[in-house]
Amino acid sequence: MSKIEINSLRTPLGRVRGLGSAKTGTHHWWMQRVTSVALLPLFLWFVYACFALAGASYAETKAFVGSPVNAVLFLVLIGFLFHHMASGLQVVVEDYVRPDIRRMTVVLAIKAVCVLLAVIAGFSVLRVAFT
Amino acid sequence: MATFTLPKNSTIGQGKTHKAEPGAKNVKAFKIYRWDPDTGENPHMDTYEIDLDKCGPMVLDALIKIKNEVDTTLTFRRSCREGICGSCAMNIDGLNTLACLKPIEDVKGEVKINPLPHMPVVKDLVPDLNQVYAQYRSIEPWLKADTPAPPDEERRQSKEERAKLDGMWECILCFCCSTSCPSYWWNGDRYLGPAVLLAAYRWIADSRDEHTGQRLDDLEDPFRLYRCHTIMNCTRTCPKGLNPAEAIGKIKQLMVERQG
Repeated sequence: MSKIEINSLRTPLGRVRGLGSAKTGTHHWWMQRVTSVALLPLFLWFVYACFALAGASYAETKAFVGSPVNAVLFLVLIGFLFHHMASGLQVVVEDYVRPDIRRMTVVLAIKAVCVLLAVIAGFSVLRVAFT
Repeated sequence: MATFTLPKNSTIGQGKTHKAEPGAKNVKAFKIYRWDPDTGENPHMDTYEIDLDKCGPMVLDALIKIKNEVDTTLTFRRSCREGICGSCAMNIDGLNTLACLKPIEDVKGEVKINPLPHMPVVKDLVPDLNQVYAQYRSIEPWLKADTPAPPDEERRQSKEERAKLDGMWECILCFCCSTSCPSYWWNGDRYLGPAVLLAAYRWIADSRDEHTGQRLDDLEDPFRLYRCHTIMNCTRTCPKGLNPAEAIGKIKQLMVERQG
């Protein structure tokens, strides 16, 4: 039990019902499963790409990343990866971080960092592809 | 942060040892958590040596023998002594179970007995269950139907529909599962826990109930339902061999299904 409100004379049922159900959570949970399954083939492709590019020159790498199929796969991988990372970390924070206000702050910070990293990574792919 | 260590006034000290009577041949030691709210002292572990030749086979038999013959101050809940009332749920040898269903001979070495984990303790092996009972009440564990029952007859259910309730109606609400769940330890104030979610699914799965959607609405919450991370402690510990984790999985499945 996280915190027992010893000073509260509220009934246990009142406390348990609290503010009611949030009517969300399913989308978050489901997308975490969906992205994890989607990342399986994407990561296989990513590992293949790493091996294919081992020791390659910048020009060769640029050509590989710049090809339409690879560029799109990179972007999809980045999107799913950071989405999955953000939602996974959010679960950990929701499990352990208190109080509510700090939990909310940390979750927002995680989302901000993940969006930022995703945009940087995506931009890098586009830059390599288009310059 | 969630609290991972015991507060100072909860650290467990060494207690007394009650030796077996001289001449006892088949001696087993029971190390039992003791805490008395009236003394203001920290909890401690008392050791009781029991002659198994003069004791029934189950852990509850030993507890009753201790209370009757060795130390009347030992406090624990018990009633039916046959695994149907759920009163004697406690942590025995590291696993939550019913003392009346746990054979002493299944435990190697001394038998360590603690109250159900992470609940406020009333005294010794008696946990405060007010919160879980309120959570059980909150899922409205009764049939809700707007269509009146047929006159002079029960509400009907096919054999297949009735079969869906098997594995759920058997739950005796001992709360071994909920108190074995780390998610329930850290977020028990908002997460409903496996026992209550199993009970919720028992009514969601009941073909006679007409409030399925409303029941799902009430569960759809990042804390009430989605703190379950399929750790499976609940299923492993259930003394009745039930599978709360599966029931929770089915609730999540329905949540996805109804989104289209």
